[in-house]
Amino acid sequence: MAHAATTPTSRRWPRLVATLLAVLFAAVALLSASPAHATSQVGLDDNEFQVSGIVRLDGEPLEGVRITVEGPGQSAEAITNAEGRWAIGVPERETYTVTLDESTLPEGIAVIDESGENPTPNIREATVGPSGNVPSNFFIGEGQRNTTSVGGQIVDRFFLGLNFGLLLALVAIGLSLVFGTTGLSNFAHAELVAFGAIMVLVFGVFLEFPLPLAILIALILSMAMGWANDAALWKPLRKRGVGLIPMMIVSIGLSLAGRYIYQFFIGGETRQLPFATSTQFSTDFFGLSWIDIASMLISIVVLLAVAYFLLRTRLGKATRAVSDNPALAAASGIDVDRVIRIVWVMAGGLAGLGGILWGYFRPGVSWDMGFQILLLTFAAVVLGGLGTAFGALIGSIIVGLFVEMSTLVIAADMKYVGALVVLIVVLLLRPQGLLGRKERIG
Amino acid sequence: MIDWIQLLGNAAQQILSPVTAAYALAALGLAIHFGYTGLLNFGQAGFMALGAYGYAISTLTFGFPWWAAILVGIGVSIIFALILGVPTLRLRADYLAIVTIAAAEIARLMFTTNTFVEYTGSANGLQGYKGSFEDVNPIPAGTYGVGPFTYNEYDWWVRIFGWGLVIVAALITWRLMKSPWGRVIKGIREDEDAVRALGKNVYFYKMQALILGGVFGSLAGMVFVLPRAVVPSNFQPTLTFFIYAILLLGGAATVLGPIIGAIVFWVSLSFFSGFVARAVEVGWLPFMSTVQAGQLQFILVGVVIMLLVIFRPQGIFGNKKELAFVK
Repeated sequence: MAHAATTPTSRRWPRLVATLLAVLFAAVALLSASPAHATSQVGLDDNEFQVSGIVRLDGEPLEGVRITVEGPGQSAEAITNAEGRWAIGVPERETYTVTLDESTLPEGIAVIDESGENPTPNIREATVGPSGNVPSNFFIGEGQRNTTSVGGQIVDRFFLGLNFGLLLALVAIGLSLVFGTTGLSNFAHAELVAFGAIMVLVFGVFLEFPLPLAILIALILSMAMGWANDAALWKPLRKRGVGLIPMMIVSIGLSLAGRYIYQFFIGGETRQLPFATSTQFSTDFFGLSWIDIASMLISIVVLLAVAYFLLRTRLGKATRAVSDNPALAAASGIDVDRVIRIVWVMAGGLAGLGGILWGYFRPGVSWDMGFQILLLTFAAVVLGGLGTAFGALIGSIIVGLFVEMSTLVIAADMKYVGALVVLIVVLLLRPQGLLGRKERIG
Repeated sequence: MIDWIQLLGNAAQQILSPVTAAYALAALGLAIHFGYTGLLNFGQAGFMALGAYGYAISTLTFGFPWWAAILVGIGVSIIFALILGVPTLRLRADYLAIVTIAAAEIARLMFTTNTFVEYTGSANGLQGYKGSFEDVNPIPAGTYGVGPFTYNEYDWWVRIFGWGLVIVAALITWRLMKSPWGRVIKGIREDEDAVRALGKNVYFYKMQALILGGVFGSLAGMVFVLPRAVVPSNFQPTLTFFIYAILLLGGAATVLGPIIGAIVFWVSLSFFSGFVARAVEVGWLPFMSTVQAGQLQFILVGVVIMLLVIFRPQGIFGNKKELAFVK
C-alpha cells in the first residue's frame, strides 16, 4: 500500500498523502481487502492464483504502465514498477482478460501484434493453468496504437451479444420445448449443455480425433443423452404420476449429481477446445474471429431448421399440438409419448450444440459451464414466454444483446446481474412473456 | 489402517457444529416457505447471504454493535422478501422458483463484483467483524468439554448462540403452526382458491410466510459466518439445494424434521467423505484420487435428493397426508 506515496502527483501534497494513507490503512484494517488503487502487486495475498508479467521496450523496463485484469471474481489494475513488473492475484482457475492501457506507454510506442492478424494486441487472454501462475507479456515497440472509438465498441459488443444470444437460443429452445410438452422446468438442462462441450473435449482433445468428427460424435451422444434422460427417468416418473414440482426438484438433484460427476471425471480446471484461443482465425470485421462467424452461421442455420420442423412438418405440428393441450392432442390420435421422446432428443442435441458453441464463446470447457448459463436460459425463456419456441428465440437474442451491451455501462463482472433483473421486471409487468398467452400462467 | 475413532469423532462433531445449526435454521425457514405454505423458494442462499453481509457490513463499515447488526441483517432480508414477493406471489409456483434463484444470484454477484469492493471485499469477502459479539461472551476464557466436543470459549459461545436461535425458531414455528394463522397457511398449500373463498387475503398470508422464513434464513446466514469469514462463493445456488436435501430428508412440513435432517445430513456427509478420503489414502479405492473423493459427496447429495422425492417425499418424520406438493 505504501507505493501510493511514490506517484509524482502526490509528492506535492505531503499532508494530503498522509491523510490518504491514514484513510487507506484504516480501510485496510477495517476491510482487510485490497482497495482498488494501483500498485504493481495487487491482491496477491488474498487470492490463490496470479497473473503477472514484465513490460519492457527493447530490454529496458517501462515503469508506470497500467495493466488491468478482468474476469471471474477479479477486476483490478496494476501499475508496473521500476523493473517493469506487475502481478495481480486472481481467485479462480479461469480465463482472465489482460489489457495494457496504451495511453500510459511513452509517446510513439504501442503494443505490437506479433501474428499480424490480431486487431487488438493490447488485450490478451490469460488462462490460469495447473501452476496457478500465468505469465502474460506484451510485445512493445514503435507502432500504431490500437484505439477503439465508442461507436466501434458498441458495434463490437453488438456482434458479441448477437453471437451469445444465438447460442443461448439453441439452449433455450430445447428447454422451452421440454417445458411446453411435459410441463417440466428442467434444471438439469444445464448438464446437457455441458455434456456436448465435454464430449468434444474428450474426443477432440483427450482422444485426439479430428475436430469435425469429434463434434459429430458429441452431437450424436448429446441426442442419445436427451433420449436416455427421458427413457430412463422422466417417462417412468410421468407414468408414476409424479407431480410437476417434485419432478422439478428431481431435476435439481440430477443437475447437482451430473455436475459433480463431470467434475469427478474431468477435474475442476477449465480446458480449451481445439483452436479456441488461437489467433490465426481473427478477422478485421468488428473484432470477430472466423470461429465467431462460423458459430453465428451454425446457430442461424440450425434455428431455421428447427423453425421449419415446427411449422412445416407433420411431426412439428404434432409437437406444437402437444404443447398446446396434451389431452386434446392425444384424443386427436397423436402419440404424445413419441412426440415427447422426439422433443427430448432434439433438446439434447440442441443443448449439446449450444454447449459446444458456448465452449468456444467463453472460451473454455469446465464442469460447471452449463450451470453458468442456466439462469440466463431461464431468463430468455421466461422473457419470450414459457413453452413457446419462438419466444425462446427472441428472448435469447434480447438477453444475449443485453448482457454484452450492458458492459458498456456497468462493470464486466456485473453483466449477468442486468439480465437477471430484466427477468424479474418482465415477470412483474408481463408474466406471460413477450409471445406467451395469458392463460398459461394460471 | 483407517482410524475409525477419529472418523467417528469428526462425524460426531457435526452434531453441535455451528454449520449444522445454520443449516437447521435455514431449513426451518424453508419449511415455513415450502413445507407449510407451498412456496417454492430457491433463493434461501440469497437470504443467508443478505443476513451474513448485513451483519458484517454494518459492523465493519458503520461500526454497529452486534445486536444492531443483527437487526440490520433481519431488516435487509425483510426488504428482499418484499421485492421477491410482490411480483411473484400471484404467479404459478415454478415462476417463484426461477425468480428466487435469480434474485439470490443477483445478491451473490453484487457481493462478488469489484464495484463495491470498499464495502463487500468482493471475491475475498470480509472478516474481523466478531469483536462486539465476542465481547458479550459470558463464558470465561479456557477450553471446555469432553472427547470430540472440546472447544474454546468463543467456539462454545457461537454454538450456544446458534443452537439457541434454532430452538427459539423451532418454538415459534411450532406455536405458529398450531395457531389460526398456521391453519390458514396450510390451507393455502392445500387449496389456495378454497382459502380465498373463505375471505382470506391469500397474497398477504403468503407474503408473511415468505418474510418469516426469510428472516430465519438471514439469521442462519449470520450463524454460518460467525465462526469464519464471509465469502460470496459460500452462497451459491448449491447451498439452497443442500438445504432442500436436508428439508426433504427430515420432512418438509414438520418442526423437528429440518433440525434432525440437518444433523443426520452433516453427520453422514462428514462420515462418508472422511471414510472415502481415508479409503483412498490406504489404497482401497485405487481408481480414485483424493480430489475425486471430495466430489463423491456432492454426487451423493444429488442422488439422495432424487431418491427422496421419488420414493419418500414425506421424509423421515413427515406425514404422507401433509405433502407440500400434492398437485
